[in-house]
Amino acid sequence: MRIGLLTSRIRVEEKLLIDRLAGRGIDHDVIDVRQAVFDIHDPGPWRRYDAFLERCISQTEALTAVRCLEAFSLPCVNASTVIETCGDKLATSLRLAAAGVPTPRTLVATDPESALAAIERMGYPAVLKPTVGSWGRLLARVNDRDAAEAIVEHKSTLGSVQHSVFYVQEYVNKPDRDLRVFMVGGEAIAGIVRSSVHWITNTARGGRAAVLEITPRIRDLCRAASDAVGGGILAIDLLESPDRGLLVSEVNHTMEFRNSIEPTGVDIPGRMIDYVAAVAERPAGAGRPVPVVVTRGEATAFDRLSATGAA
Amino acid sequence: MSHTPTASPTSSECPECAGSITVTRTVIRGEVLRCGDCSAELEVTATTPLRLELAPQVQEDWGE
Repeated sequence: MRIGLLTSRIRVEEKLLIDRLAGRGIDHDVIDVRQAVFDIHDPGPWRRYDAFLERCISQTEALTAVRCLEAFSLPCVNASTVIETCGDKLATSLRLAAAGVPTPRTLVATDPESALAAIERMGYPAVLKPTVGSWGRLLARVNDRDAAEAIVEHKSTLGSVQHSVFYVQEYVNKPDRDLRVFMVGGEAIAGIVRSSVHWITNTARGGRAAVLEITPRIRDLCRAASDAVGGGILAIDLLESPDRGLLVSEVNHTMEFRNSIEPTGVDIPGRMIDYVAAVAERPAGAGRPVPVVVTRGEATAFDRLSATGAA
Repeated sequence: MSHTPTASPTSSECPECAGSITVTRTVIRGEVLRCGDCSAELEVTATTPLRLELAPQVQEDWGE
């Protein structure tokens, strides 16, 4: 078996993954996607790999590489459809909503005036997020009309074309924490509670991590979210709404976990590598994780849980 | 396409401030180091010999 680890910047996470590959005696190459050339007519050089684990820090680089490799019928974790969905907050929200997974109320507009109308309709405070990006960057809590006008104008004037999509979410008045669950192949392998006095609780922004008990409700909710976006290796962020219970706020497809191994006691990179190795060993044609498409209105396991109020 | 770790220690020069950078642990291509003199983020672009370039700034589509 030979695994290709698709990377650009090598973070602590990638070094841990390399360590686990080596520790399991799995042949592997670290492939800097920035240095690679994909000849779409010649899959030959890539056929030496049985599977790829995508760990690029750039979504564009990741999608480019994975699309090519999937076209060569080579399995990639995560699949391009998962990257497309999770790399775009709107696409994620649409999938979650269609699957009946509880998620913060979301409105979308493409024009500044419509954006202001959407914010007013949402009510204050509201949250404005870029649809692309991570680590809590450029999130804005909009407390009143004045702030809304200023932020919308700034985004319209200074932002790239991506910022012309105004993604407006309800502000969830959660405790000073959120929850993150690490999913591997549909299984919740570990979870953390991220605490911060700031309303943005990402550990990348200084939030502190502690172990989270995976209750049956959390497990089922995260399984439903994982299925909704196509499965694979994911980190699912949950908010605790005082009136609606647990809500799935984001699903991350290239999860960072350096601060989560010690508090959870789970060898997260080891579990990731074991999953990729299992994908690599699947028969040809069965190796690629297949997105689960849930049509609107179709009952999910979580719908039933919600209906019964199970905790 | 594979990576070659450095033999440590090894040294290079900061492309920003020309300060001397000595790496006392094993590094691999793609890692980011910080210059102790000017705090610039430097990416390891080669390991034998060690070559450092200014690391790319965070892009809009970067993330997890």
